[in-house]
Amino acid sequence: MDTSFFLAWIKEAATAVQAERDHLTQLDAAIGDADHGANLDRGFAAVRQALADTPPETPGAVLVQAGSALIRKVGGASGPLYGTAFRQMGRALGDAPEITPAGLVTALEAAQEGVQKLGGAAEGDKTLVDAFAPAVRALAQAVQDGAKLEDALETATTAAEEGARATVPLQARKGRASYLGPRSVGHEDPGAASTALIFAALRRAAGQA
Amino acid sequence: MKKLINSVDTIVTDTLHGVAAAHPSLRVDIENRVIYRRDAPRQGKVGLVSGGGAGHEPLHGGFVGYGMLDAACPGEVFTSPVPDQMIEASKGVDGGAGVLHIVKNYTGDVLNFEMAAELCADEGIEVASVLVNDDVAVQDSLYTAGRRGTGATLFVEKIAGALAETGAPLAEVARLAQEVNERSRSFGVALSAGTVPAAGKPTFDLSDTEIELGIGIHGEPGRTRSTHREAREIARLAMDAINDDVPLSGDTLVLLNGMGGTPLLELYIVYAEVAAYLEEKGATAVRRLVGNYVTSLDMQGFSVSVCRLTDELTRLWDAPVETPGLRWGR
Repeated sequence: MDTSFFLAWIKEAATAVQAERDHLTQLDAAIGDADHGANLDRGFAAVRQALADTPPETPGAVLVQAGSALIRKVGGASGPLYGTAFRQMGRALGDAPEITPAGLVTALEAAQEGVQKLGGAAEGDKTLVDAFAPAVRALAQAVQDGAKLEDALETATTAAEEGARATVPLQARKGRASYLGPRSVGHEDPGAASTALIFAALRRAAGQA
Repeated sequence: MKKLINSVDTIVTDTLHGVAAAHPSLRVDIENRVIYRRDAPRQGKVGLVSGGGAGHEPLHGGFVGYGMLDAACPGEVFTSPVPDQMIEASKGVDGGAGVLHIVKNYTGDVLNFEMAAELCADEGIEVASVLVNDDVAVQDSLYTAGRRGTGATLFVEKIAGALAETGAPLAEVARLAQEVNERSRSFGVALSAGTVPAAGKPTFDLSDTEIELGIGIHGEPGRTRSTHREAREIARLAMDAINDDVPLSGDTLVLLNGMGGTPLLELYIVYAEVAAYLEEKGATAVRRLVGNYVTSLDMQGFSVSVCRLTDELTRLWDAPVETPGLRWGR
């Protein structure tokens, strides 16, 4: 996976967030404050602008730049959390021009660690971690089993989507939905839903490579 | 839902243009989205910076000026501002005595202000932070993000601002801000939800017979839904929630705050009950504010905040203040 692969991922993620903007906002209206889709869409638009203004030369630089733009433009909790995820991933990739599947797994593990350290959420708290963590685990296992990259990312995407759906019966323990207590049960977490979209975008980027 | 806007994407910028035009006592940096008092930075004075999502006006921009905040950073509607804004604001108000960040306890605000404080430290600006978490509707436990910052934010900004104006050092201003927060409790009730312009419809639906108890200020639904009833009873529900948390006594400062879509007429009806309730409990409202100060767009409803005063806090509350939203003694 080279720089153009990671640029393709960002482009796919931006397109998916834009297409699902209203859906994400509706999920957020139920248990949050009705802005998740609008905020992420604005953030990814800023990411694409930043990447167009100063084209990065390595995969790591793509992700660090993307993360910084998210932190600068999104606000709320999702800006720092997704921003940190992309930045940690980019840092883990260093300045290597070509990334192996194992390298991608390591970087995603670093991203997950960064998100959990910043937000303090564990699996089961009804946050984006509930989609992120199973996706990273599934990818790690598939890569270790020697699966083709596309297949491994398909598995990871499925795990993220299942993880997002599995937030429906959970009671939120972090973020704005936690104020609702038991009334947060019965709704999908918007952050977990957007994480699933971003993994699906990674899968599509692999299909284009 | 009809809204007086030009476009959903320019709401914050268009608001800032209006604030700049309406209040020559402020300096508005529209590009970086920071509202400053015109004479910032003041040498030797601790700078007070707050910020939060737009939609709570006059909080925070309306409380920038003599005796209160030195700068405010508005985010998008109900979305915390970003670290760049807070860093810019902190640089702009640092007169060499350091900067106090007043942060309402919401995950987004906390994360963005934390990042900003770290980056300010890298640039040599001394920053202290105070977290406002006065809302008794949320149980502070491992199972929530903790109590929200609501009406008491105004108390913290006013009282800490008055102390900063006397030239007190950062540690002292931060300690006092913390004390005001610890002495304050709030509870909110909604009759209808606000409408975020980008969403175009109310954040939650309440029928004509329902009310939402324990609401926050971001249009998030509250803790429980209940049946609508007389103002007298609703006021008592709110005051009971506060009194159950910390028994009311002594001299108090009371804010009966409208959420943006409530006629002042109704706020006074509720306030009469609040004052009677305090008297019953042996407490006295020695200072009071009734009006729209910490709003949630066009939400119908109110929040009530009570701060148990000391002589020092009363004196600082009475100190002169000159901002678009609060003004006396000067």
